[in-house]
Amino acid sequence: MTDFPLLTITIFMPLAGALAILLFTRGTPEQVAGNARWGALWVSLGTFVASVFLWINFDDGTAAFQFVAQREWIPSLNITYKVGVDGISLFFVLLSTLLTPICILASWETIKDRVKEYMVAFLVLETFMIGMFSALDFIVFYIFFEAVLVPMFLIIGVWGGPRRVYAAFKFFLYTLFGSVLMLLAIIAMYLQANTMDIPTLMRYGFDPELQTWLWLAFFASFAVKVPMWPVHTWLPDAHVEAPTAGSVILAGVLLKMGAYGFLRFSLPMLPEASAFFTPMVFTLSVIAVIYTSLVALAQEDMKKLIAYSSVAHMGFVTVGIFAVNQQAVEGAIIQMLSHGFVSSALFLCVGVVYDRIHSREISRYGGLVHRMPRYAVIFMLFMLASVGLPGTSGFVGEFLILLGAFGANTWVALLIATGMVLGAAYMLYLYRRVIFGQLTKEDLKSILDLSPRELAMFAPLVILVLWMGIYPASFLDTISVSVANLLENYHASLAATQSGVKALAAGR
Amino acid sequence: MEAAAVFLPLLGAAIAGFLGRMIGDKGAQFVTCSLLVLATLVSWYLFIVVALGGDPRTVVLFEWISSGDLTLSWALKVDTLTAVMLIVVTTVSAVVHIYSIGYMHHDKSVARFFAYLSLFTFFMLMLVTSDNLVQLFFGWEGVGLCSYLLIGFWYDKPSANAAAIKAFLVNRVGDVGFALGIFAVYVLFGTVNLDEIFRAAPGMADATLIFLGGEYHALTIICLLLFIGAMGKSAQLGLHTWLPDAMEGPTPVSALIHAATMVTAGVFMVVRMSPLFEQSETALMVVTIVGATTAVVTATIGLTQFDIKRVIAYSTCSQLGYMFFAIGVSAYPAAIFHLMTHAFFKALLFLGSGSVIHAMSDEQDMRKMGGLWKLIPVTYGLMWIGSLSLAGIGIPGTSIGFAGFFSKDAIIESAFAANSAVGTYAFWMGIAAAFMTAFYSWRLLFMTFHGDPRCDEKTLAHVHESPKVMILPLFLLAAGAIFSGALGYQLFVGNGMATFWGDSIQMLPQHSALIDAHNVPVWVKVLPILVGVGGIGLAYWMYMMRPDIPALLAAKLQPAYLLSYNKWYFDEIYERIFVRPAFVLGRGFWKAGDEALIDGVGPDGIAATTLRLARRASALQSGYLYHYAFAMLIGVVVLITWYFFTRTAG
Repeated sequence: MTDFPLLTITIFMPLAGALAILLFTRGTPEQVAGNARWGALWVSLGTFVASVFLWINFDDGTAAFQFVAQREWIPSLNITYKVGVDGISLFFVLLSTLLTPICILASWETIKDRVKEYMVAFLVLETFMIGMFSALDFIVFYIFFEAVLVPMFLIIGVWGGPRRVYAAFKFFLYTLFGSVLMLLAIIAMYLQANTMDIPTLMRYGFDPELQTWLWLAFFASFAVKVPMWPVHTWLPDAHVEAPTAGSVILAGVLLKMGAYGFLRFSLPMLPEASAFFTPMVFTLSVIAVIYTSLVALAQEDMKKLIAYSSVAHMGFVTVGIFAVNQQAVEGAIIQMLSHGFVSSALFLCVGVVYDRIHSREISRYGGLVHRMPRYAVIFMLFMLASVGLPGTSGFVGEFLILLGAFGANTWVALLIATGMVLGAAYMLYLYRRVIFGQLTKEDLKSILDLSPRELAMFAPLVILVLWMGIYPASFLDTISVSVANLLENYHASLAATQSGVKALAAGR
Repeated sequence: MEAAAVFLPLLGAAIAGFLGRMIGDKGAQFVTCSLLVLATLVSWYLFIVVALGGDPRTVVLFEWISSGDLTLSWALKVDTLTAVMLIVVTTVSAVVHIYSIGYMHHDKSVARFFAYLSLFTFFMLMLVTSDNLVQLFFGWEGVGLCSYLLIGFWYDKPSANAAAIKAFLVNRVGDVGFALGIFAVYVLFGTVNLDEIFRAAPGMADATLIFLGGEYHALTIICLLLFIGAMGKSAQLGLHTWLPDAMEGPTPVSALIHAATMVTAGVFMVVRMSPLFEQSETALMVVTIVGATTAVVTATIGLTQFDIKRVIAYSTCSQLGYMFFAIGVSAYPAAIFHLMTHAFFKALLFLGSGSVIHAMSDEQDMRKMGGLWKLIPVTYGLMWIGSLSLAGIGIPGTSIGFAGFFSKDAIIESAFAANSAVGTYAFWMGIAAAFMTAFYSWRLLFMTFHGDPRCDEKTLAHVHESPKVMILPLFLLAAGAIFSGALGYQLFVGNGMATFWGDSIQMLPQHSALIDAHNVPVWVKVLPILVGVGGIGLAYWMYMMRPDIPALLAAKLQPAYLLSYNKWYFDEIYERIFVRPAFVLGRGFWKAGDEALIDGVGPDGIAATTLRLARRASALQSGYLYHYAFAMLIGVVVLITWYFFTRTAG
């Protein structure tokens, strides 16, 4: 098993599939489109199966990186292709491979133009996402991290709504700014440590002074991706203009890149700076939770509402990460995964009615339960998961984060706990306006309930939301050793600096 | 066995919910009702084995959450307290299920209704059988969800949807307190398992906890936070506004959820946590004051309402207040005793009023009723039994009386026997509320059943006694409303108390109000019954002998009348200070914050500035080669400088 490059195969299978689709689909436009759809679906399902084997063969007992593959790439610059996963990154790889086939299913009938290019873009995007989460060399990480933006930019800019160009540029402008700073930070780290190897850098121990600058540079990049308040305004626009599947990937996976960055780089490599900036992160997160929840309450566009709710939920995640204790960090990871399922599903829910009525205005709907009982049940489940009802995945994440945060800072716990009330307010209010009430609008009277294809794309998410809610041990067991290791190193290096400072003071 | 009691209703809910269309309305009714009756029988068996046989047990199902030191499982803990709750919940639920066959038979989504009812019962059972705080929270939120679904059951009605959301949100406010309480417990005890917490509680009597920047007595903070949760669920003053609105739901729902079971979950939770509450005098004092104040304030509102169900709803708030001040004086068994008798007589009153509403073609306004007693005599009789029990009628010093007589007097006497300032306050509030309770109950009876009919001809012609499937179950509740007090007295609050409750309730020796309650002066024993009879008499005088008096009085005491009629303006005040500002803020943050400020200065601003600069720069685009070369040179110099600088510095 050790010699078999399972992870590399998982990473590049979609890319290979994309090439094949690009090169080998021939025939009439309909045939090309059909082949591209089926090809992309099979490739993405194959990738998913491969990634499930990663999970099956994953050893829960160690915090070390597993399935590591390494090959010299640019020896003169010390750049190696090196990938591997640990308990923290494994599930993000799985999340990416799960959501891609769902996205392809969601785009089955709605994307009619340039189907081949669309499918290729999604598969390429999948390779980049998996690569980003499993990269163990900083340059490889950076390349994947930035490369993800390109297909996403195209998906929004080419297949998006009427203001797609504005949204795509806003998205790009925000993320570009952070990326430049992150590149500088990576170069600075290289000049210090003379390596790009991520596991080595985690143990390097940078000078606290330098850490501050490096941390800020990383923060500029990650905070935009999360997104944290006040650099979140690209998200609602990007979601509104993106096609449904674009929103799903954006909310499901791309929003996790920033928080993953905090976990993978900021905490282990820059512990002193992380501790120093924790109050700032808490403040921004608390503002994010309350501010964006209130904004969500006032929205008239379904996608914007869910986009703002994402910012609020990610506010919980950043609190969890920087509370730096076992429950909070595990909660943050669970919350990210849960948000990956739930917000994806909610965007799919919006997509379902958008495909039928071509409007995202909340006031265009009402009384859908009369014609779409199945849809109402599924929407209800994901609404409740978003609200964090016990028994769903949303609860486990939120609960662990709050529990951990309470141990770190009771004010923060109290303030973000208001998100429990506000979150329920905007979601229930949305549900009421869309699903309940009398069915009075003429064009809604003939609206159809979910088709088998649509049920198929919801089914895995329904199962996962309940599974993670009722028996989260399947996930927590895999996560916990890596998190414990991360925390142990973090606190050890903080303690070392502390005693170092004391020794210095005593020496004087 | 334990699992059967809890999971049979879930099975019923799943079958009715997912296969409802396949098996039809009849099938759904049959499946849910029979599974629930089965669960009831199992619960009674458990009650006999566990409570009467003194054999508490815990069944662990499987691990739920394990993170760091935090481990908790799905488990079913059955001790005496749980066993009492089990029989109350399943019995009332079974009665309500069967009643609903008749009540809901016109409805177009019968299967959905029964699925919700059974699902609710499942969550309620998970709540009472929990062996840790988080599973309790699971049940807590689950019953809240079902309450939301059932209040909004008729989703075409905007008022029902609004009431459903209101119920969920007000409860969520309480839940924030509950959740923070759980976190504080974990920080202090390092566990959320009830048995471990209780074992460690005496040792933590003097522990402190840092909360919101201050250092406080830990158990007081924990108890107060948990109590905020209980206040939400049990509709105590301040967080009670959702309960009257919840009457938008079908009447069987009001009986099951908003009278007998879910609203008592707060009482149950606080009693369950008695080992912690016992360690904090401050928390007990707060509980007493909130309970006593709720009992009296909500009773004043009940005096002037015209919606038959709302009168009973305010009465429920008031009775829950009694239970809380019983807890506040450490008379936990009395609280649970009243919880049980209240479940029977209040469910009876609700289902009886449901019968009236059914007979009146869905009319709920008492001003349009009157003179019904000859037309629906059985319902009339049952309502009398419920009201007598609610008013606590009985003969002091004997074991003759309705159920409410025993439980309510135990509470009032305990408050007196507590011999403390707050206890005395609670005692007098309890007496005042007892007077008002009797008054509004007979006001309801007289307005509904006596006098001249005030409805239109068509409705009157249609008035009929309910079918047997609705009436027969009520006899079971009526039996409970009459006998459960006398039967349970010795076990619950009498001499058998200590062995009956075992370890499930803890009372410190110095908190002996309930024991001392047996030796209070005679006037304390007689006073509640006197004011009760007085209240009935006043109602008789005002609504039977001099029907002109109420209007006259309302005009004379207009400010007081309006205060009561408008429910002390809670809704208006909340609307103004919470609901509207939330929307205004949301809109403001969105338009002024995100769009004007952040985007204006951020991306849009940068884009606009870039454009301006680009226009200006295009003037620089001279086309001369040396301009470009010069610009490139500067860039290279900057890069090299930076490189050398960092190299030498590093």
